[in-house]
Amino acid sequence: MKTESLRDMYGEKLVELGKKHSDIVVLDSDLSSSTKTGAFGKEFPGRFFNMGISEQSMVTTAAGMALSGLKPFVSTFAIFLTRTYEQIRQSVCYNNINVKFVVTHAGITVGEDGATHQMVEDIGLMSGLPNMKVIVPADSVETASVMDYLVEKTKTPYYVRLSREKFPVINEDGYEFREGKNTVIRDGSDLTIFASGSMLSFALQAAENLKELAIDTAVINVSSIKPIDRANILEYAKKTGHFVTAEEHSIFNGLGSRVCEVASEEYPVPVVRVGMKDSFGKSGKSWDLFDYFHMGVSDIVAAGVKSFREEKKYETIS
Amino acid sequence: MDFYSDSEFRDKTPDNQTLFKIAQNARSLIIRMVYKAKSGHPGGSLSIIDILTDLYFREMVVDPHDPNSPDRDRLIMSKGHASPALYSILSLRGYFPQELLMDFRQLNSKLEGHVHRGVPGVESSTGSLGQGLGVAVGMAMASKIKNEKYRVFAILGDGEIEEGSIWESLMAGSKYKLNNLVAILDKNGIQLDGFTKDIMPMGDISSKVRSFGWNVMEFNGHDFNDIERAMDFAKQSSDKPVFLIANTVKGKGVSYMENNPKYHGSPPASEEEFEKALNEIGAKSYEN
Repeated sequence: MKTESLRDMYGEKLVELGKKHSDIVVLDSDLSSSTKTGAFGKEFPGRFFNMGISEQSMVTTAAGMALSGLKPFVSTFAIFLTRTYEQIRQSVCYNNINVKFVVTHAGITVGEDGATHQMVEDIGLMSGLPNMKVIVPADSVETASVMDYLVEKTKTPYYVRLSREKFPVINEDGYEFREGKNTVIRDGSDLTIFASGSMLSFALQAAENLKELAIDTAVINVSSIKPIDRANILEYAKKTGHFVTAEEHSIFNGLGSRVCEVASEEYPVPVVRVGMKDSFGKSGKSWDLFDYFHMGVSDIVAAGVKSFREEKKYETIS
Repeated sequence: MDFYSDSEFRDKTPDNQTLFKIAQNARSLIIRMVYKAKSGHPGGSLSIIDILTDLYFREMVVDPHDPNSPDRDRLIMSKGHASPALYSILSLRGYFPQELLMDFRQLNSKLEGHVHRGVPGVESSTGSLGQGLGVAVGMAMASKIKNEKYRVFAILGDGEIEEGSIWESLMAGSKYKLNNLVAILDKNGIQLDGFTKDIMPMGDISSKVRSFGWNVMEFNGHDFNDIERAMDFAKQSSDKPVFLIANTVKGKGVSYMENNPKYHGSPPASEEEFEKALNEIGAKSYEN
């Protein structure tokens, strides 16, 4: 499968959209060569602001710009943005203004830099904020579409979570991101795997393996973590009756938790969550870390088998 | 309302005596608001109110009838607990009716306990310290990016500048040469737990900020002549942001509140204290 960098796409789209929208400004904190905002800085030096290693200043400055009618994009690594959680809460979300946070190097695919740089709690933090919406694109195609959507259609705070590594391109050309809508990548009738980001390609591989075990598995891309697609989750609860969630994030407060919330409120089915189990990351090659933390293809398969064998604990409420 | 109607200030600059009357009127409103709400922050509201009066009635280009006009000057109350001061001055300036002030901190009121953007004339919600200067930096940068002429004012507390984020924003203001940005420090020497000199001594603030690349001036924040002198100084800056250090008295105008940390965040404790405060302010002669 072809792989592409999501952050490269982010940088390209910023430049493309910047040509059309003179009110787009970009702020970074000394990581513009890694977040790829540097390309925008080269093209539009008067609208690019390197705020130094001062994330609190970066976020509040962006808030002031948004309050003055500009469209700021704020970028750094996921780990470093969360140090300004309270600025994001008070100055951006409480004001409910047009600041877009697009972070890179989220999750364990940071690889060798290790635990200090591997942010696996951010989706929970950001989803907890009123007015904030949270998006995890699965590939470069989706990243591009999300960028168009943010600039053309929205005026409120968004958190977009990108990664360091290149990811397999799964969505087809012409794919359009729809907020609050899941995408069924592969249909099935026995089990559903809800996956986000890097885990989507693993989930597809796991579904192939599960087929050999005679478990017909649906794979659904959940890029809109907040708002979450309740209708789609309910539909597949009724249709397949068994869930697995797979995310490059803590099993607390991320995709797994969101799916459990919806299932338990609407139509309880067994759910097995694959993700970081209340632990920090570790140095290592990105793709080795998935196996190390029991988040690889074989772990998703095992989770699928476990969920499928689990009896439905509740009678159907129809 | 008529006394401070817009026509009064559209064409002429009010003299110091008029500004004093307005400030005393605002002081009485501050006391009434926090007493009615049985909570709130009178001390730091009374210390900044003379400066706010000057800003809204003499210095800033604003139009209460068109609060979102693009070329208006902006003010960010970074010390968002001084909401009684900002709300009362906005009301006196004509942004909204005075009656609303008495719903301060009540469930169905827009007048949130800390400064809230839903209130006409308020530019940004504030309350968690250390953020407003950054927001003001962003607004001042936007003014330059969009080639507009408006100026931005940020009111900081001297306890607030213990937040490291303030010093990040000082660096940014200097880097981007924001001569359209004026930070005003309400240096009343007191924070919630006591005196700033005991809790976190800041030393020579003036030289610290100057070394960050700002034009700095100290002035008496209760003397309208001196306030005007400071505002004139701020207008002269060609390539640096301006940091005005206002020497003020916490609780200014109410004897038992002056220099008393207790009244950072407590209203008059009794009917007797309430009446005493209004008498000392001269509320009867200054309210309209």
